[in-house]
Amino acid sequence: MRAVLGELIGWFGDPAHWTGPTGVPQRLLEHLGYTALALACALVIALPIGALVGHTGRGGFLLVGLANGLRALPTLGLLTVVVLLAGVGLLPPIAALTVLAVPPVLAGTYAGVRAVDPAVVDAARGMGMREHQVLLRVELPNALPIIFGGVRSAALQIVATATVAAYVAMGGLGRYVIDGLAQLDYPQVLAGAVLVAALAVVLDAAFAGVQRVVSPAGARRSRRGRAGRVSAVRATEPGGTPG
Amino acid sequence: MIEFRAATKRFDDGTVAVNELTLTVEPGGITMFVGPSGCGKTTSLRMVNRMVEPTSGTVLVGGRDVRESPRAVLRRGIGYVIQQTGLFPHRTVLDNIATVPLLSGWPRRRARGRAAELLDLVGLPAELGRRYPAQLSGGQQQRVGVARALAADPPVLLMDEPFSAVDPVVRADLQDELLRLQQELDKTILFVTHDIDEAIKLGDRVAVFRTGGVLAQYDEPAALLGRPADDFVASFVGRDRGYRALGFLPAKGVPVGEVATVRLGGSVAAARDALRDGWAVVVDEARRPVGWVSASRLSGVDGEAAVSDELVESGGSLYEVDSPGGRAGSLRGALDAALSSPSARGVAVDADGAVVGSVTAHDVLRALADARQAGEVPS
Repeated sequence: MRAVLGELIGWFGDPAHWTGPTGVPQRLLEHLGYTALALACALVIALPIGALVGHTGRGGFLLVGLANGLRALPTLGLLTVVVLLAGVGLLPPIAALTVLAVPPVLAGTYAGVRAVDPAVVDAARGMGMREHQVLLRVELPNALPIIFGGVRSAALQIVATATVAAYVAMGGLGRYVIDGLAQLDYPQVLAGAVLVAALAVVLDAAFAGVQRVVSPAGARRSRRGRAGRVSAVRATEPGGTPG
Repeated sequence: MIEFRAATKRFDDGTVAVNELTLTVEPGGITMFVGPSGCGKTTSLRMVNRMVEPTSGTVLVGGRDVRESPRAVLRRGIGYVIQQTGLFPHRTVLDNIATVPLLSGWPRRRARGRAAELLDLVGLPAELGRRYPAQLSGGQQQRVGVARALAADPPVLLMDEPFSAVDPVVRADLQDELLRLQQELDKTILFVTHDIDEAIKLGDRVAVFRTGGVLAQYDEPAALLGRPADDFVASFVGRDRGYRALGFLPAKGVPVGEVATVRLGGSVAAARDALRDGWAVVVDEARRPVGWVSASRLSGVDGEAAVSDELVESGGSLYEVDSPGGRAGSLRGALDAALSSPSARGVAVDADGAVVGSVTAHDVLRALADARQAGEVPS
């Protein structure tokens, strides 16, 4: 155990692993690139469908079933199928990762829109908002915290799974794992795993920060208001938002 | 102003929510829809702004079939207030109020300015405008709901049990506030409630619905109490209706007698001299009543001592001889003052709240008998 740890530290200490096209910064950027691309694809597909189904309330049963079905697909198997159909390249890993990310975004968007107080939606309609205005100006802003929760969990799953890109001759942190296994270079395998785990933790923390910012002001303030003690502590913080 | 013509709503499962409702709401004034749950009062209200489409029949607003204009346009011209307020949690109070003006394409500055005016109109301080709805009390939220409905100055206001979710004290405040607003604005208000007392208090006319969406009676409150159309209305209106009907009879025939008054803080000896039939009203420096002192309460107290709060018995309700609202000064107010007073003499006050005299239950009942004889009491 101690020996493995020593070799791992040795791997990270080697300056050769920090530069060039196979260095950590480059692999990290590739990994983040795949993650961002797959997440963007998933958002483009899942946000409108989830929002529409949540707004109309029709097809919710179908949507939940579809999301669960997608979740059951093994990413590696899917990747293989896409490679067989479309060949090696960027498309297969992005497609596989997108399929992985669609269910949480879909479920979060649908659940978020459904969770908006029906009285608020009724009032919005009664005031004379058209349907798209009800969705865009009332339902989505209030659903944002739950939608963002779905996006956050999708991003984490992609980051953890984007190692599969290396299977089909692409880059990313998965390269260390795949190449390490091929060369029986276990410190390299371990380094790859540690890097992926660390990236996931950092990304999650970043999302948590953003989530606080995107919560609608009214909801955030009321939550703070209910937790009287927290609000008192915050009020004394320099630079805190004045209530 | 609003006309229901044989409007019927039948739901898909066959239940009839509203059955052939034919009713005309005159412009100006508050019309109350009241009835037990499941009587179709809310469904009827929601037909006016097409939140519910009638299965058959028509609804007209200002002489025009509501189906002539697109839903969104129709609704922007009709104020809408609901029980749970439905305020937008993610928008400030000011932006909530500005909703309809903004939807109608007003520039943001003008809409916000209008919203600030309305905040003031419904009696809320300007600084609340920057808060979010969750930071307001239930009563404040409901006021914001009313302000939002009035923002585009619509001629018609629909209110669906707006005050049911707040406590009785706040509810009474909101009701008084609505009456004050209505005197100022003179809207055509359609107001749904399940509370017959609220209907009687606020309504210029009251429509009583029975289960199954059938209109049972549509009348002025006094007539509803005095001549209920059938047993259902009689039982719905409640058991004290004879007494409550007195609220619609002016008390001008009730003689206001003299009453002894003593100053709070004056000497006990002077108070003893002032007593009439063993009682005197204790008043403050503005002659507003504080309570009563009695011979028995003063006996054994040092004459040099001052009349203090401990010696004062709390009084009953006050009879306002004439108030600017025009709703007080009724036989009911006079009788209740007399019945709730420890001395059996009701304290009569003027519009400023200063004591002007007293009334007895006997006087009230005699005035009622006289009015009946003179044919002034509808029966």
